[in-house]
Amino acid sequence: MTIRPPEPRHAEAAAPLAAHEAEENAWRRRHLLDLDDFSVDELELVMSTAGAMKEVLSREVPRVPALRGTTIVTLFYENSTRTRASFELAGKVLGADVINVSASGSSVTKGESLIDTVKTLQAVGADVIVMRHNRSGAPYLAARHADCSIVNAGDGLHAHPTQALLDLLTIRNSIGDVRGKRVVIVGDVLHSRVARSNLWSLTALGAEVVVCAPPTLLPARLGDAREGDLPPVHVETSLDKAIEGADVVMALRMQLERMQGGFVPGMREYSRLYQVNAKRLARAKPGALVLHPGPMNEGVEISHEVAHGLQSRVEEQVTNGVAVRMAVLWLITRHASRGGRSAAKAAL
Amino acid sequence: MRDAAVMSAADIRRAVVRIAHEIVEHNRGTQDLVFVGMLTRGVPLAHRIAVAIAEFEGEQVPVGTLDVGLYRDDLTERGPSVNIQPSDLPDIGGKRVVLCDDVLYTGRTVRAALDALIDYGRPASIQLAVLVDRGHRELPIRADFVGKNIPTSRSDDVQVRLDETDGEEYVRVAAAEEAEALR
Repeated sequence: MTIRPPEPRHAEAAAPLAAHEAEENAWRRRHLLDLDDFSVDELELVMSTAGAMKEVLSREVPRVPALRGTTIVTLFYENSTRTRASFELAGKVLGADVINVSASGSSVTKGESLIDTVKTLQAVGADVIVMRHNRSGAPYLAARHADCSIVNAGDGLHAHPTQALLDLLTIRNSIGDVRGKRVVIVGDVLHSRVARSNLWSLTALGAEVVVCAPPTLLPARLGDAREGDLPPVHVETSLDKAIEGADVVMALRMQLERMQGGFVPGMREYSRLYQVNAKRLARAKPGALVLHPGPMNEGVEISHEVAHGLQSRVEEQVTNGVAVRMAVLWLITRHASRGGRSAAKAAL
Repeated sequence: MRDAAVMSAADIRRAVVRIAHEIVEHNRGTQDLVFVGMLTRGVPLAHRIAVAIAEFEGEQVPVGTLDVGLYRDDLTERGPSVNIQPSDLPDIGGKRVVLCDDVLYTGRTVRAALDALIDYGRPASIQLAVLVDRGHRELPIRADFVGKNIPTSRSDDVQVRLDETDGEEYVRVAAAEEAEALR
């Protein structure tokens, strides 16, 4: 009988591992605050995990016990329908307990500080706090003072990482790898945390990102090649030019509540020049995808026929949002359970 | 240092063929059989058993894949295994399901798999086929079909390598100190 000789140790270590094991160490995060420091491996891990979560959601009874005994608190200082609902659903599908706290119905209205609120929620047993705040950077402050995990569900003008992750999942489900693909992000980039997070993830994966907006709605310095700390994007103020040959067109919401500052002469002029409509979409690649983070102002940044047309992926974005948030909750709680949380609970 | 290749590629091939025969004999044919391979290395084993049966019985048994990551109760002990993949199962309602895995050890992975399977439907029965049974059960679970029983110490590391997942093919037992060095 011939027995394969045992390999020497070094060869053993270099042997091709099952993909399963090779990526095991790609995740080291306790919090999800933004995508600006995400590696390609981390993005891929979220995408593949979200793929497994989609399978769970497709079942007749979409419920698994993965996060049983985990408490998730959604702490929202701003209004939200889809983000909050999809985080809540994501937690429940994974078997976690989910508690919703709104700033308007809590001690925040009595003047409790953010740090005190976070510490209170932690003291009642929160393992994860999903937080939306109108101030940029608020989740970072919370993360500095919290022993539990913080997930940023949108902070001011700064970041909305799970939205960018679900956008990425939606794009990849339709066109695969984004490397070299032309992605046009059009609209109020200046006030858009969705755009900011998307720039990081899309450029990290090698997409050619074109940002399009009236000059008044563009962040200063963006697109300047000398600014090494910003994601490498092209800036184009004409949508007719930007959309030429696009694989993906992402329209941003015109935040009417922020338009008091004279950024644009008027909504009619804005939609005449920057609305994603059928005529403009015809200049993109045939079958180019249309995304919108919602809620849409139909007739302003996007026309009704495009918003609900064949190329629109808006509904799929919402569905993917649940899968991506399940993936994020799973990944950060798996990390936390290796040390902190379970040890802390055991000490009780 | 104890270290031996306890199964060669030929041994693995013979064990798979024998298990295939045992499954068909035990179930009196292939009627209503479904194989479910547990990720990662249970999947190629399930396919190999199905191929063997197709050769001598002329019947195709459907093969599904199952990831039990979301059902485990021992994640903290096993460490940072966060990677999960989509499960892909044929309809298992009323079927005789044969779970396939590479190593049977504490039985906790199988327990998780039973929970997962029952979430997908109500099989007529669930059987278990493993390439290696290394003992040390912590739950009342046993395998119906076993490639090889290998007595081990808890500190040993049983390494199953299959061509489809690892590019090489053998089973060996690395003693504790070597397993540590490999980590």
